[in-house]
Amino acid sequence: MPKPAVLPPHTTHAEPKIGGRGPKPPASVGLGGDDWKNNPPGRRGPRERLKRFRVALGLVLISVFVLFIGLTSAYVVRQGGGTLDTTTGVFTRDWKPIAVPQILWLNTLLLLLSSATIEFARRQVFREPMVTEEWLGLGTPTRRASLPWLGLTLVLGFGFLVGQFVAWQQLNAQGIFMATNPSSSFFFILTGAHALHLLGGIIVLTWAALASVLSRPLESRQIATDCGAWYWHAMGVLWLYIFALLLFVK
Amino acid sequence: MGTANNSAPRGDHPPNAAKSLPRWMGHESSFSFSAHHRVIARQYFLLSLAAVLIGIVLSLLMRLHIVWPELRIPFFGQIKPEQYLAYMTMHGTLMVFFVLSVAPQNAFGNLVLPEQIGARAMAFPRLNMFSFWTTLLAFMVMVSALFVAGGGSMSGWTQYPPLSAITSAGSGQGRGTDLWIVSIAIFCVASLMSAVNFITTVLRGRVEGMSLMRMPLTVWSWFVTAMLTLLSFSVLLAAALLLFSDRHWGTSFYLPAGLVVNGAAVAGHSGGSPLLWQHLFWFFGHPEVYIAILPGMGVTSHMLSTFSRKPVYGYRGMVYSLLAIGVLGFMVWGHHMFVAGISPYAVLAFSTLTMVIAVPSSVKVINWLGTLRGGRIRFSVPLLFSVGFVSLFITGGLSGPILAQPAVDMYLHDTYFVVAHFHMIMGMAAVFAIFAATYFWFPLLFPDRMMNETLGRAHFWLTFIGAYATFMPMHFLGLAGNPRQYSQIAGSAKYLQKLLPVHMFITISAFVLAAAQFIFIYNLMHSAARGKFSGANPWEATTLEWEIDHGQKLTVHHDPYVFGPREDSRRDYTMQSEPPYTYKS
Repeated sequence: MPKPAVLPPHTTHAEPKIGGRGPKPPASVGLGGDDWKNNPPGRRGPRERLKRFRVALGLVLISVFVLFIGLTSAYVVRQGGGTLDTTTGVFTRDWKPIAVPQILWLNTLLLLLSSATIEFARRQVFREPMVTEEWLGLGTPTRRASLPWLGLTLVLGFGFLVGQFVAWQQLNAQGIFMATNPSSSFFFILTGAHALHLLGGIIVLTWAALASVLSRPLESRQIATDCGAWYWHAMGVLWLYIFALLLFVK
Repeated sequence: MGTANNSAPRGDHPPNAAKSLPRWMGHESSFSFSAHHRVIARQYFLLSLAAVLIGIVLSLLMRLHIVWPELRIPFFGQIKPEQYLAYMTMHGTLMVFFVLSVAPQNAFGNLVLPEQIGARAMAFPRLNMFSFWTTLLAFMVMVSALFVAGGGSMSGWTQYPPLSAITSAGSGQGRGTDLWIVSIAIFCVASLMSAVNFITTVLRGRVEGMSLMRMPLTVWSWFVTAMLTLLSFSVLLAAALLLFSDRHWGTSFYLPAGLVVNGAAVAGHSGGSPLLWQHLFWFFGHPEVYIAILPGMGVTSHMLSTFSRKPVYGYRGMVYSLLAIGVLGFMVWGHHMFVAGISPYAVLAFSTLTMVIAVPSSVKVINWLGTLRGGRIRFSVPLLFSVGFVSLFITGGLSGPILAQPAVDMYLHDTYFVVAHFHMIMGMAAVFAIFAATYFWFPLLFPDRMMNETLGRAHFWLTFIGAYATFMPMHFLGLAGNPRQYSQIAGSAKYLQKLLPVHMFITISAFVLAAAQFIFIYNLMHSAARGKFSGANPWEATTLEWEIDHGQKLTVHHDPYVFGPREDSRRDYTMQSEPPYTYKS
């Protein structure tokens, strides 16, 4: 082991070769430069918990989108499926596209509207003057400002789900069921899976509304409303994607 | 290990127990709803221990049935061929999902990751708790399939349709397969929640100074594994949904027309493709292989560095090869389907990409050997198991490029050669990493106790020899053309008769291998209760999980593996959180 050269006192220096690249000034992680770092994680800045929940939400959305990408690839592959008659050598495809119920256009409109309303609710809980007022203990203005928008979003969301249910009923009335044709199987699977995920969003937003009613801390309400809103937007985008798939990839 | 420790408080105040639980997180007990990552880690560990014990018993029953099909086991009776297939399915499923996906990632990840990055807790402790109890639910649903009418599913852990999609296709294909699908769906959700938690913790929970390139390689491997989990388990969930729909809602995603089961035509299905399931399943299934082995790679790098008292050779290379393996792992699923009838052009692409994975894998092997070279190696039990991991990784890995050749794979695909390959690399290598991790982090798992070294050595050598004796001969069985998944070889197929002695040898070896695990179980239970105290940093490691938590600010000043003599003390290591090293003049 080569001994290091003698150095002037109080000089940090690269360690002997065997010991890695030596010390360097600590890189700042997370919230650069502020003075909250003595606190344990979770309390290192006014928005740390919010940012953490946003990261988690992004990851959840990745896994949700991967689920639907998997279903999409199955959708595309299944469109080419069919039966080969080995005696004649003729390959017959069995995919018969279904007519998408017209009510889906109305449902799409409802969902887009609800995306706008939840965005209003989300912005209300972050508005600086209101937040300051709450922080000083002078009242709960963000609650009053966001609750109506939250309620409206929930109503519109339920409207969308009811509309989807009506669409399924309409198809059933035409004699189109899950097993009728691969195209109908995918119609029910895709819309059903999306409806289930939207239901998850409704649960989160209900929780956000309840948090307001029960006067939970502002930070909790902000997180619930913010993450619920972004999730809701993502479900809107997902619906547009599914709707386009059902409309154009027949 | 026997080296003296300068700063080890002993006796009444075990240092790791001092990291007490916040009140809202619940009790220390392993059998309570606790949100503390250390308790959850122990719960995951015990869960996978239960799963591995069931899996071992099932494998032994299978081995007995292969060589002595007529044998009547006391209190059990004779094993029927359909039972053999059910045991094969359950063995594979329990081992892959509930042992190899749970123990390295969720058990040791929870135990060590938050402490190694100085986070003190996972990002979402309650979500973590929920993940565990959901996993336990999935486990109970899975095991219950063994006890329902008809027994467990017979279609293997890969559940290929049409066998898995037709409820009348066999005794276990009704309720047994339903329970399999439901259990796996629950497991998918639990794994996704856990992966979200891990990634968020790594991204947002690191202490000051813990930059990404200062994270221990264990943390890197858990991080990459969590990303693989996030991207692959959703696809399995989608595939399982479609399979369930084919079974119960009359759809035809996987079922073609003209199927005949037990002499009766299957009506109502047409146009589906069993290949679709294979694509979806293996798009999940191949990353799953890496989910099992990547944490082992991280653990091995960590151990080899710590016990050869040298930094990891080529830290950056290790990180980049880990990422490369993770990315490439998503591009090679087709190599499981060479004989399934996919396009030869696709086969060419998958074959080439599969061989490309040998490059980052070789980088890792060379760096492990480079880490050992010239080190002052301390031959403790975790090091032995880590070297065993490298050995098994090489042995099992070398058959990978062989099987990646489509022409060779045509012959070997459905033989014992593949069984040997994946048991060596995914089974035994990963298990060796789990053992290394258990011996190494035992003071964190069961606070401040050490496992017995002598028993550990005996356990290592018997396991090492037993593993090679059990799985090495399977290569030769495969080359001789012995097919997989046959419940008996002594029937009408005369050409397999002469392989029976090899099977006898494997069965005996398997029993030796299983018996060796009793040493481990005894050591585990005995040491948890009355093992000797560990002190603060028993292995003289450098990472933060051995830091005593005084509730003070923690800052990282060093790379993870800083070994080498210091002038200010007799130590040869510098912990990550120590202040920058100042030389005396």
